[in-house]
Amino acid sequence: MKFKTSIETFDLNLFYGDFQALKNISMKIPDKNITAIIGPSGCGKSTLLRCFNRMNDLVEGTRLEGRLVIYNDERLGNVLSPDIDLIALRKKVGMVFQRPNVFNLSIYDNLRFGLRIHRMLSKKDEILAEIQNSLEHVGLWDDLKDKLSKNARSLTLEQQQRLCIARVLILKPEIILLDEPCSALDPMATLKIEELLRILRNDYSLVIVTHNMQQAARVSDYTGFLYIGELVEFGETTQVFTNPKEKLTENYITGRFG
Amino acid sequence: MARERFRKHINKLENEMMDLGCTVSAAVGRAISALKDRDVDAAKKIVDDDMIINRKRWETEENCINLIALQQPVASDLREIIAIMNIITDLERIGDYAEGVAKIVIMLGKEPLVKPLADIPQMADKGLDMLNRSLKAFIERDSDLAAKICDEDDEVDKLYEKTYHELLSCMIGKPDTITNATYLIWASHNFERIADRVTNICERTVFLVTGSMQKINVSKY
Repeated sequence: MKFKTSIETFDLNLFYGDFQALKNISMKIPDKNITAIIGPSGCGKSTLLRCFNRMNDLVEGTRLEGRLVIYNDERLGNVLSPDIDLIALRKKVGMVFQRPNVFNLSIYDNLRFGLRIHRMLSKKDEILAEIQNSLEHVGLWDDLKDKLSKNARSLTLEQQQRLCIARVLILKPEIILLDEPCSALDPMATLKIEELLRILRNDYSLVIVTHNMQQAARVSDYTGFLYIGELVEFGETTQVFTNPKEKLTENYITGRFG
Repeated sequence: MARERFRKHINKLENEMMDLGCTVSAAVGRAISALKDRDVDAAKKIVDDDMIINRKRWETEENCINLIALQQPVASDLREIIAIMNIITDLERIGDYAEGVAKIVIMLGKEPLVKPLADIPQMADKGLDMLNRSLKAFIERDSDLAAKICDEDDEVDKLYEKTYHELLSCMIGKPDTITNATYLIWASHNFERIADRVTNICERTVFLVTGSMQKINVSKY
């Protein structure tokens, strides 16, 4: 596997109090590709994803060990170290969650929110240009350009999830983390979001956690299989789903356990 | 274990494939006997029975397609279904070769042969033995045995070459044997092709076990 690396971890360990949730994870996430993390419930998929933008800090008693670097960025340094610039990190590494978490604000304000937090842009026409750009990226501009003042919660769930992705894109991240981004959506909306992810892949590195193995197979370029906190296998999705190297992966994806 | 129902379906596919394999193997055996005994009635029965082989193949192929569409198999499950889909095609074709030999038996009728059959039954028996063992290799997931069987195709090729040259000499020496000798060349060619198809079956077993798709033995003919 030869690729440019976006995220690289070295012996990453994560503890919730005495419980070790991630064990010696050393992996490389490829740049401008979709990487899926699969595994049974409680194996550490979301925990691993949340290490990439340090969201686990919100869980009391979390302790991190090891190294995690993003685009080998020395200025940013080890993402796992306590004194990292979290604002800068989370601007670089955006996140989309299970349920679309739009704010109870207008579509316009939802998108402007991040810009304001990060003190990006202040001129109205520049802001609008960026809003248009991000909505075009997620395929919403034509539908919403005349409804920007409408409350975002009036949108369909699929549109809300697209808006959440646009809200990430407007901050010009390099990496987008997606934690079960389609689990609240119906099958048709799911397929549409998957199509969007394939388009975004041209410009961003995406990491998706999913319990839906068919989704991982359909949408990703690379797949990592986690089991009880350990990375059992990482490889090209085609290889993992047709001829996995590890028996444990084989047993999991063929439904022999899990 | 999760997916019990799916496992049962896969086992059923494997049983169907083996059932087809047994029917085809019997057809080849009957074709060899019919040729040796010059039994036109038995040959006609083989031709009629080819319909059964074709029907079994279509049924199993349909079951494979349904399982892929409904159960989204992956990894070794997917490889097994794909292997079965390919093997049943090869088996059905082997059935056609048996039917081809049977038709030659009918065409030969009771005409005296230009020369004793000599190497043809030996070649046919070798092919039949390879076929039976190829099915065993699949069931036992024995990729070493499968690879070994592929190599044995060379023996069949040699026997075919010998038969071919002998029959050509007959034709050159006695032009009135041309029709009869041509029929025997066709029959031996059918048996030679059976062994080639067996190598395809073996390659699918290797694919199932290792995940690697490769041509193990390229037949001379």
